[in-house]
Amino acid sequence: MLIKCFFAGFGGQGVLSMGYFLAYAAMKEGKEVTYLPAYGAEVRGGTAHCTVGISDEEIASPVASEPEYVVAMNQPSAKKFQNAICSGGMMFINSTLVTEPPQRGDIEIVEVPASGIAEEMKNIQATNLVMLGALVKKTGLVSLKSLELSVEDAFSAKKKLIPVNLGALRRGWEYLD
Amino acid sequence: MAEAAIRAGCRFYFGYPITPQNEVAEYMSEHMPEAGGTFIQAESEIASIYMVLGASVTGARAMTSSSSPGISLKQEGISFLAGQELPAVILNVMRGGPGLGNIAGCQGDYFQATRGGGHGDYKTIVLAPGSVQELVDLTGVAFELADKYRNPVMILADGLIGQMREPVVLPEPVKHLPEKDWALRGAKGRPSRFSRSLILNVRRMEEHNWKLQRKFREIEANEIRFEQYLLEDAKLVVVAFGSAARVAKGAVKRLRKEGLKVGLFRPITLWPFPHKKIRELANECSEFLVYELNAGQMLEDVKLALSGSAEVFFYGRPGGVIPTPMDVAKIIGSRYYQRIKRKAK
Repeated sequence: MLIKCFFAGFGGQGVLSMGYFLAYAAMKEGKEVTYLPAYGAEVRGGTAHCTVGISDEEIASPVASEPEYVVAMNQPSAKKFQNAICSGGMMFINSTLVTEPPQRGDIEIVEVPASGIAEEMKNIQATNLVMLGALVKKTGLVSLKSLELSVEDAFSAKKKLIPVNLGALRRGWEYLD
Repeated sequence: MAEAAIRAGCRFYFGYPITPQNEVAEYMSEHMPEAGGTFIQAESEIASIYMVLGASVTGARAMTSSSSPGISLKQEGISFLAGQELPAVILNVMRGGPGLGNIAGCQGDYFQATRGGGHGDYKTIVLAPGSVQELVDLTGVAFELADKYRNPVMILADGLIGQMREPVVLPEPVKHLPEKDWALRGAKGRPSRFSRSLILNVRRMEEHNWKLQRKFREIEANEIRFEQYLLEDAKLVVVAFGSAARVAKGAVKRLRKEGLKVGLFRPITLWPFPHKKIRELANECSEFLVYELNAGQMLEDVKLALSGSAEVFFYGRPGGVIPTPMDVAKIIGSRYYQRIKRKAK
């Protein structure tokens, strides 16, 4: 079973690292993965998106035709990619910034006020991890444990950042039932 | 790729920055010194390719990497490497479009790579990886082939492979490098040797050129690589290389689920090109579809291979955008229905 997950938002929102954490966690679980980033020439404030493919067999293309899951971290992304999701798929929106959710009736919209939660935690940089926690809770793409290990590995050179990031991940996980 | 090169015994890396391949230089700058090798960010692309030449002439394994416009600048040096019969590995992560283009996937440098690229009557071996794992594997192959034939080898990748991350299995480090009885390391106690491409004697020049050509024929006879996917009963063969082949494979998978008998032929060596194999496929199948991220370059090689023995249809997107498997499946599907279903009636 091949699942494609697409992350989109502003450069600086941690969109690319969100995809990377997920891909890394899935790799650690022994799955086939691809991670394809795309970004504009400008880094902060430009557009950024990435596609993660997770499967139990060889993945032909890292490009997604109709991803099962789309994560939209800002309003332009929600608008731009709402039609890309396959029927029956889900869109996760950062409801703090996305005030007009897509109108499609054949997909599920999951609202997570990721920026708001991160701000409450006084750590706006961890918005992406709040969203990622919620995504994984809802979809079960990987276990929370693998994701935590993935975050720990990624911050192995800056260990003091690990607790806040794990905290954000857990807040996102707990936000959805 | 960088780690694979170090494990293949490469100890000299010279480069000049350009996206989408700066990760190679970045990695080399940190890890090449750890392996006891040399990393130099040269003052230009031209300087870096001649540094490769200098290292190679001493018998060391050396490489450079760049992207389309940078490769154009290196072509003079690549021609000198070929003329002097020096091994070297050159990675080209192609950009989209002539001039500067962009960093999305593109395969516009096919002609430049497979026809030699620089001045003079020579060829470089061209390897086209379709995944990050294959890029790793072909890096080792590239160094082996370069030494075996004393010829530059180009790895032709694109922005998609350059930017994508996938898990890879790295090879064991190479322990024994081949002896090189032509290397220049000081002539103490033996007659001096030369490495040059300037040969003013007319007869010797011709003989040198013939010698290069004999070598190229030998490479054509021995080193062709390709992948076949679901070709046994295929009524339509898709021919694609590199990233395009990967997207095409996704498309072929989709169409097979719908019951269409389509398969994929993927050349891994672009030079030497698998002409003979494609000609053989035409015995079983009369419909070919070439898909490239350019306006039709490998297409010419496929047409040459088939020499009119099968119909060839082309679908190309000239870089900048990567079509999805669904886009490509639509094109293959419509061609299939037009040609094959109609014939069946």
